[in-house]
Amino acid sequence: MSQALTRRTILKTAAIGAAAATFSRRTAAQTPPKVVVVGGGFGGATCARELKRRGLAVTLVEASAIYTACPFSNAVLAGLRPIEAQQFKLDAVEKGGVDIAQKMATGVDPQTRRVALEDGSSLDYDRLVLSPGVDIRFDALPGYDEAAAAIMPHAWKAGEQTLLLRRQLEAMDDGGTFVMAAPGNPFRCPPGPYERASLIAHYLKTHKPRSKLLILDAKDSFSKQRLFQAAWQDFYPDMIEWVSLSTGGKVIEVDAKTKTLVTDFGRHTGDVVNVIPPQRAGRIAQVAGVADRSGWCPIDPVTFESRLQPNIHVIGDASIAGGMPKSAFSANAQGKVCAAAIASLLRGEGPTEPKLINTCYSLVAPDYGISVAGVYSPRNGVLTDVEGAGGTSPVNAPPSFRAQEAVYAEAWFQTTTSEVYG
Amino acid sequence: MGRRRLASALTLGSMMSMAVTMMAEAVPAAAQGVAPPGATACSGCHGPVAPGAAIAPLHGRPSEEIVAAMQDFRTGQRPATVMDRIAKGFTDEETRAIASWLSQQP
Ligand SMILES: Cc1cc2nc3c(=O)[nH]c(=O)nc-3n(C[C@H](O)[C@H](O)[C@H](O)COP(=O)(O)OP(=O)(O)OC[C@H]3O[C@@H](n4cnc5c(N)ncnc54)[C@H](O)[C@@H]3O)c2cc1C
Repeated sequence: MSQALTRRTILKTAAIGAAAATFSRRTAAQTPPKVVVVGGGFGGATCARELKRRGLAVTLVEASAIYTACPFSNAVLAGLRPIEAQQFKLDAVEKGGVDIAQKMATGVDPQTRRVALEDGSSLDYDRLVLSPGVDIRFDALPGYDEAAAAIMPHAWKAGEQTLLLRRQLEAMDDGGTFVMAAPGNPFRCPPGPYERASLIAHYLKTHKPRSKLLILDAKDSFSKQRLFQAAWQDFYPDMIEWVSLSTGGKVIEVDAKTKTLVTDFGRHTGDVVNVIPPQRAGRIAQVAGVADRSGWCPIDPVTFESRLQPNIHVIGDASIAGGMPKSAFSANAQGKVCAAAIASLLRGEGPTEPKLINTCYSLVAPDYGISVAGVYSPRNGVLTDVEGAGGTSPVNAPPSFRAQEAVYAEAWFQTTTSEVYG
Repeated sequence: MGRRRLASALTLGSMMSMAVTMMAEAVPAAAQGVAPPGATACSGCHGPVAPGAAIAPLHGRPSEEIVAAMQDFRTGQRPATVMDRIAKGFTDEETRAIASWLSQQP
């Protein structure tokens, strides 16, 4: 233990020394290189801490005082978990030496390398990391604007929206209908809508067993589909109906006043309606010019540096990370790889080719978990699945296996959130 | 791709890399601080030592123990929920480098 500590201290000193040496070559001033990170979610907070550990001066710009984590927010909807279990502050990150600017970043000038903040102040950077997550596209689905989201919540950013949808479910009568619109790819958390349907079905089965749940989907297939559908058969037979794209599931318009979702084939009215709309990279990515016409950000898979603007790195949901899904696990893994790459680049060294992992758990019921995993490395400029690795939980597994995965799901959440915020 | 040929080539290669690792352990800390590819992802699930943790902590564990576990996960000798799927994404050489790094983390 003490040996390890000594090593680490030596290391840290060496890293600081190296960084400082590089910088003194670059400018006369003896200040270390400065990195600004925008977004204190899973990607940004991880990256900021990791950069600091590597001896760099880091400012983390985060608009909210409290971060509400999305993973497990479906359990909040189902009444299985308090929202407080999802909430985190940046106090420990700050204590670790990261400067926190609790403000909205409103502009980025890649030429002068300056981030503008909402109060008119600004921050200079040598390298900028953007991890702004997603923005809901209120322009993509006719009828679904911010006012409509107050009636038919998306709950795809955890917080008030989660609580609103929870209240609606609680107020719904037994025998009511819950309708969900699921988006086309790509979007945040590919298995998320189906985990949500499962846990809401669990709530309805327990409290309002005559109710129905309808999923209108803009896709013909989805993440962990076989596992979800097999479990729905077992746990919630006749309760969940899934309508695929080719059977007329794509919602093309909504009417908030009547809580109606319109498809090419008909109109579906629900007592509680959850619209998960199309998304794009958080607004600051568009402002900085790092998002392409798809709304997402192309990156170099080794450094996560933008393909559109130098010295700006994009991680997490906002990035186009090849085979990696938009998950908190991915964002956390990318935050660490990106920090290592930035430290190398600022030392004037070439970064090493990374390998990344993702594991996403979903709960189908409180003690029934399933997972999808993948290992990724850059190939032909894209983060690509390592062949032969990854995949989903086995289709045939005993209840003990599912129960174990449910335990691991919670353990993952605790470990990751304590790495990021603890 | 000839997997078996690759595997035996890797065994030879990994013996060499073990020698390299042993050398690295004797000399400066700098190289050891650089996490090998894939290593930093582990802590997403495997946190620091916490009593009663559902997922085994890896920092400070003996390197050979981690290597052996990964090999057994890969071959299916050791039952797993997810580690079998993840272990298959790493070569022997990569696994050794990761294990060595993890064993040195506080
Ligand atoms: C219902 C649901 C369930 C999920 N379950 C899982 C799961 O089980 N496992 C899993 O791995 N993932 C899960 N996810 C996905 C996960 O939440 C996201 O992938 C993850 O949050 C992405 O991290 P990020 O850093 O990219 O963005 P975020 O976590 O969204 O963080 C972005 C942060 O940036 C801040 N920000 C944005 N713009 C600015 C600006 N201009 N100035 C200042 N601050 C700004 C925001 O306030 C926010 O705090 C789930 C998602 C949902 C919706």
